Parts: sequence; C-alpha cells; structure tokens
Amino acid sequence: MSLALQITDLSKTYDTNTVALRGVSLEVEQGAFFGLLGPNGAGKSTLIQIVTGLVNKSSGQVVVNGDDIDTNPSKAKTHVGVVPQEFNFPIFDRVYDIVLHQAGYYGIPLGKARENAETYIKELGLWDKRDEQARMLSGGMKRRLMIARALVHEPDILFLDEPTAGVDIEIRRSMWQFVRKINEEKNKTIILTTHYLEEAEALCRELAIIKDGRIIRQGTVKELLSRLERDSIILDLATELSSDVQNRLQAQGFEVRDGTTLYISFAREESSITAIIETLKEEGVTVSGVRNETNKLEELFVSLINEN
Amino acid sequence: MNWYGNWVSLVVLTRKEIKRILRIWTQSLLPSVITVTLYFVVFGEVLGSRIEQIQGFEYINYIVPGLVMMAIITNSFQNVVGSFFLAKFQRSIEELLVSPMPSWAIITGYALGGVIRGSIVGGLVLLVSLFFTQLPVTNIFIVLVFTFLTSVLFSLGGLINGVFARNFDQISIVPTFVLTPLTFLGGVFYSLEDIPQAWATVSYFNPILYMVNGFRYGFLGYSDVSVWLCFGVLTALLVLVFFGTWLIFRTGYGLKE
Repeated sequence: MSLALQITDLSKTYDTNTVALRGVSLEVEQGAFFGLLGPNGAGKSTLIQIVTGLVNKSSGQVVVNGDDIDTNPSKAKTHVGVVPQEFNFPIFDRVYDIVLHQAGYYGIPLGKARENAETYIKELGLWDKRDEQARMLSGGMKRRLMIARALVHEPDILFLDEPTAGVDIEIRRSMWQFVRKINEEKNKTIILTTHYLEEAEALCRELAIIKDGRIIRQGTVKELLSRLERDSIILDLATELSSDVQNRLQAQGFEVRDGTTLYISFAREESSITAIIETLKEEGVTVSGVRNETNKLEELFVSLINEN
Repeated sequence: MNWYGNWVSLVVLTRKEIKRILRIWTQSLLPSVITVTLYFVVFGEVLGSRIEQIQGFEYINYIVPGLVMMAIITNSFQNVVGSFFLAKFQRSIEELLVSPMPSWAIITGYALGGVIRGSIVGGLVLLVSLFFTQLPVTNIFIVLVFTFLTSVLFSLGGLINGVFARNFDQISIVPTFVLTPLTFLGGVFYSLEDIPQAWATVSYFNPILYMVNGFRYGFLGYSDVSVWLCFGVLTALLVLVFFGTWLIFRTGYGLKE
C-alpha cells in the first residue's frame, strides 16, 4: 500500500535552542487512522506544523502522498487539511466566509468552493450558524468550524491536533463519529493527536508514542496493548465482605477499597480473570460487576513514558 | 497549484480585504476624510487668504495634492499593517500559510487591499477638496501612476511592519513617529524654494518629498524636483521593498519558527 506520510530523520531545534524533534522517522499508510500520542512538549504539534508548512524543519525529509515538502511544497500542501489545537480563524468573519475563503486559498473556483463549503458546513451541523460571526460560536462549534474549513479543499490527509479538547462528551462522540465516517467512507487518512487516550483507543488503528522528540513505540493498537505485562481490574461485590474474608483476600494480593469493592493488579503470565473469579467463588464472594480503573492504552502509555 | 489556482487565491484574498475595508468603513475610510477636511477649513478658508501664493498658486491649491497624498500614504500603510497584524494576532494568518497560495499572491492580495483603501480615501479627500477650490489637472496619467505606485509602496511597508510587529504598540510606531513627520516635512505645506537651503538639502533625503511633488506635478504642472527623478526614486524604493517583502515570505522569516 502506498504511503500517505513518510517522515525520515526529522529534527527541529527552535531559535531558543529548544530541541523539539530528534530524528523522528514515521510512516503512515493511505487510509490509516493514526494516533500520535505523547505528553505535553513531546513534539507532536511541532511535527504537524512542519508537515503543514507552519514551522521550518532543521533537518530530515517529509514526503506527503509522494510529494516532498521541500521540492514540491505547493502540491504537498494540497494533500493536507489541518485542524489545529488552538482556534485560528478570523473571529469577525462569518462562518460561511471562513470556509469559502479557505477553499479559495487552495485555488478552488468560486462555484465549486460554494458547493464544498455548503456540504461541509452542513455535515458539521453549522448550516444554521453560517451567517454568524465566528466569535459568537460555542467552543464545540468553533472546533467543528475548523474541521469544515480543513476539509473544504477535499484533502487526502486530515491532521487533527487535539480536536476534542474542551468539548463536552456528546459533541466529542459526534465528532468521533464524523471522523470515523470520513476515514471509512471517503478513505481519508486521519492523523490524530490527543490527550484523551480513550479517544485514541476508540478511533485509531495504529499509534506512535512520542516523548522528548523521539518515537518510543509504534505499531497497531493491538500490538502495543499486547505488550502490557500486567492487567488490573476492579470488582464490585454483591454483598459486604466480612473482616475474615477481607484479611484472606488481602493476603492473596487483593486491595480491599471498601467493604464492597476490590482492586487487583496481576501479571498476565501468572494469573487470569477466570482464576481470580474462582478464588473469590471459593471464598463465597459474589461479583456483581467488573471494570477497569483506567483504560488499557492509558496503562501502556504511563508505563512507557515512565520507562523512558 | 497552477496559474488559475493562484489567480483564484489572489482574487479571494483581495475580495476579503475589500469586504473588511467596507465593513469597518467608520474606521477605515472616514477618519482621514474628516482630518483632511479640517486641514482644508483651517489652511484653506481661515488662514489660506492670509498666506501669499506659493510658486504662483493659491495656498489651498498648493496643499491639496500633498494632503491627498498624505491620506493615500497613511491609509495604504495602516490598512495592511492593521489587517496583517490582526491576522497574526488571531493566528488566522495560518489559513494562508498552510495553503499552497504562493508568496507573491499573498503579498499582492494584501498590497491590493492597501492600494484600494488608499485610493478610495484619496478619492474622497479629493472630492471634499472640490468644496473649497477648483484644482486643475495637468496630467491625469501622472496622478494615477503616482497614486498607484505610492500606495503599493506603503502597503508593502505596512506588510513588513505587520510581519515584525509583536504587539499593537508596534503597529502604530511607524505611522506616528516616521510617516507623519516625514509627510509633514515632505513638502506638503511648503515649497523647497521657500525654506533655508540647509533644510532644503535635508529634505532631499526624505523619500516622501518625491511622491508629494510627483503627485502635485500631475495636478499643478509644478514640482520642486524633476518629475522623472520623483518617478525614479519611487520605482527604486518599490523594487527594494517588494524584494524585501518577497524574501520575508519566501523564507518565512518572522512568520514561521
């Protein structure tokens, strides 16, 4: 399969001598839903800004859909749409004008630009707000406006830099649904950075974890999660435990959080959820529910970041 | 992007700038017209009759071209520096920087915005002057050429100022401390023949002198310096500033980290 994005040995040192990227190499296939995870200051946004032409790289090579950003920057830019972390539209302009003008900057003739603007403003649920000044929109609407603007020139690759930061759960889920749809139905490559690991786990098929300007892990979500050596679960109990049972369970490694909640962390090689349930059954304990304290990706992320 | 795409992007940016000028007309068009009208009232009606003719022209007729040029210069400059800095401040400049729009089209789009505002305000000021005097027009071609070239020059100057400005104070420094003094000392209100030789010599280093005099020549047929020298100085400055602006956008200096 051909590559949507090919980054080779990319480095960036800012004028302040801050090193943001240290030889990053990355390949993303066309049609992928790719997550770029990392703590604040890891270099995620710098990487996106280099690919989209907002920041000059110090060294390395970036090829977008076969077009090098150094030798064919204009063509490379047409392949990419970007939804940045912070609002960056002219706040006094009308919603419709913002999307329409962006199409114009990509050289799309007025008739087609109007058609695309209407399509994406409608798809993002902003058609009723098309004549309002952008500054009058709510936070969630502003995010959706930026997605409509990023798609209006119909790019093959969409960069979403923390697209759901600060939006409520309902809007977040509707945005997930929308980006999933354009990935699956229109075969657009999505490259997402997020702090919500639940979001990355729900959406991405492939991930790269970046720390201090270096990629420390890359692979499919399944591959990465299989590297987790330990699992942890929380068990909700039907009845309160007696102190005798509590003591015996604690001796076996259970953490009794209150009379009706147990937490256990176990090595995958040594135990399993079935074995744990069996132990509890022997003690006459009835489990009414099982849940995770954190999602799996979060556990992996924290362990990798601490390890590195 | 092909030539047609570049053309579309240029038209869109220019149209956006024009819409902005018209949307905020009380800030963009009106102030200069009012200020210059006050000059006409004070120097034309109140004091003008007490001032002797300058180089054979009524005082009001002598100062009108200079005042129109002053309006063109300040409005061209302020339009671009204001619009561009606001785009930087709101980060909406990123809309252009992520797009395949070539540097020359971005520069031209902003410059045309400045030219259009400068020309509209210049035209309005000229219209108002008709209430105070009948200004002759010796060569309309020279008037139009100097209007266009000067407004392009100061639009580009505004763009460079907008690129380097880090806060709102820095976009008012040049108009207040550079453009206004240079315009007032650029022969708007007097002829070089009427001031001491030392000051006249210093004035030759003021680039605005050549714009005011070239423009005045188009109306009155009189200039303190050769109209060809005026045209040469203006063209040379324009080439220099255009190249500087193009270089800034090409390298991203001051725009990209």
